[in-house]
Amino acid sequence: MNNYELMVIFTPVLSEEDFKLAQKKYAAFVKDNGGVIVHDNPWGLKSLAYPIQKKTTGLYWVLEYNAPSDFNEKLKIQILRDETVLRFMATKLDKYAVEYNARKRSGVPTGTEKVEA
Amino acid sequence: MAKANEIKYLTAIKPEKRAKKFCRFKKYGIKYIDYKDAEFLKKFLNEQGKLLPRRLSGNSLKYQRKVSDAVKKARQMALLPYVVDLLK
Repeated sequence: MNNYELMVIFTPVLSEEDFKLAQKKYAAFVKDNGGVIVHDNPWGLKSLAYPIQKKTTGLYWVLEYNAPSDFNEKLKIQILRDETVLRFMATKLDKYAVEYNARKRSGVPTGTEKVEA
Repeated sequence: MAKANEIKYLTAIKPEKRAKKFCRFKKYGIKYIDYKDAEFLKKFLNEQGKLLPRRLSGNSLKYQRKVSDAVKKARQMALLPYVVDLLK
């Protein structure tokens, strides 16, 4: 069971409840295949740094979960089939990343603020 | 015409000592560089959105690689532009 983090950009045309529906769909897909959802964090509408498929904004969604190692392949097939997804990226989280995310959520300063100077 | 080295200054000009550069990740003990934190990554990009070299950013090799990985992931997910005329 490794820790992964999935970031998905949906097309901005998606309505609010379709956005929630898609989140639930993928979250349920993770649970069905023996994964555990650690944190679900929709950023919502954000402007993209460069246009993707002629769209300049996108609905961002970040999901942190841990799952067996062969799970991501199935997830990729599911997401590729879905055309409302502009782009997605699943990254593996090492122990520092998991600790960083936990601290970021609980408000404990993660050190990057000190670097502002 | 006095040659350059013959000019005597009243007070000896001391070449200003550049602040000793340090790797901010080692100093502040940051272990993971998050690709989602675009504001923080912008410190390692120049105006055109290109990565700063180590001699300017002062990072150690290990963390410079982590920064470059994070920036490339952020660019992939359209959090940072690949090229831009005026960042910041």
